[in-house]
Amino acid sequence: MADATHAAAPGAPPELRHHFVDMEAQKEASALGMWIFLVTEVLFFGGMFTAYVIYRASYTRAFEGASNLLDLRLGAFNTVVLIVSSLTMALAVWAGQQGRKSLIVLFLLLTILLGSTFLGVKVIEYRQKFVHHEVPGPHFVVPLDEETHQPLPRQSEMFFSLYFCMTGLHALHMIIGIGLLLWLVARARRGEFTPRYNTPVDMVGLYWHFVDIVWIFLFPLLYLLGRHAL
Amino acid sequence: MSRHGNGHGSLGAYFAVFTALMVFTALTVWAAYQHLGIWNTPLALAIATSKAVMVALIFMHLRSSPKLTAIIVATSVLFLGFLILVTASDYLTRTWVPIYFR
Repeated sequence: MADATHAAAPGAPPELRHHFVDMEAQKEASALGMWIFLVTEVLFFGGMFTAYVIYRASYTRAFEGASNLLDLRLGAFNTVVLIVSSLTMALAVWAGQQGRKSLIVLFLLLTILLGSTFLGVKVIEYRQKFVHHEVPGPHFVVPLDEETHQPLPRQSEMFFSLYFCMTGLHALHMIIGIGLLLWLVARARRGEFTPRYNTPVDMVGLYWHFVDIVWIFLFPLLYLLGRHAL
Repeated sequence: MSRHGNGHGSLGAYFAVFTALMVFTALTVWAAYQHLGIWNTPLALAIATSKAVMVALIFMHLRSSPKLTAIIVATSVLFLGFLILVTASDYLTRTWVPIYFR
């Protein structure tokens, strides 16, 4: 057993690192590592969700009023875009398992297109916030309540701080995800992914779906919390 | 169930989850406009959690992953719960005891 660890067995697939018994054990190790990374990501975003919980519970009216100033149609559109991108990513992983090169490339490109659409809409939303002086900082102007047209509590600025931090960190993850997808497209075009070896597609898929899950929580918590008051 | 590479993830399951995610997105927007008192946020979180579980189980193949992966995911949720609950148990209870206002 000890001497078998240093040289790959004759006839072993070229993608198999010598310290794994077989391709399946290698893939499971990769998946385990990716999931552990995602656990650290849960707690990375978790810090912001905690801040959100505390400040929203403390300044409920300010948060609900400020939330109603977000563009729900754009937010809902982006939610749909991201869910479709998760489907195309799952299909890319499915195509990867069968090593169907042109299908992998097609689904990866579709995922990139949808991810870019999401970021484009985000740019429009951020721009609106700058135009309306709803960006925290020296140019922030306390906005008026949608319904009563009275100024919101001062802590509405806190909502927008959290909005920009949380969606900004999420958008950063999307940008990194698109970079990873482009790298996958290049590798897929070289025919590197086969039914035997497609781990990178699978791992980027896990990352992409995780980023989708973060948005699944951000959308109701940022866009929907005060709508019942309208 | 855990030790087979290819079988997991059928196209039918992917499209079923996709459809459910779309329906739940519409549902959460509709529910946000209802007057449910304190239940608006718990309902929104329940819908979001259901969506997240579907994505994890089917899209991320958690259903057909080794048990160790499931334990790791459960641990992350547990510690996220600790983070939020322990922090909230400080900040949100400060006004309960008048000692702060002396």
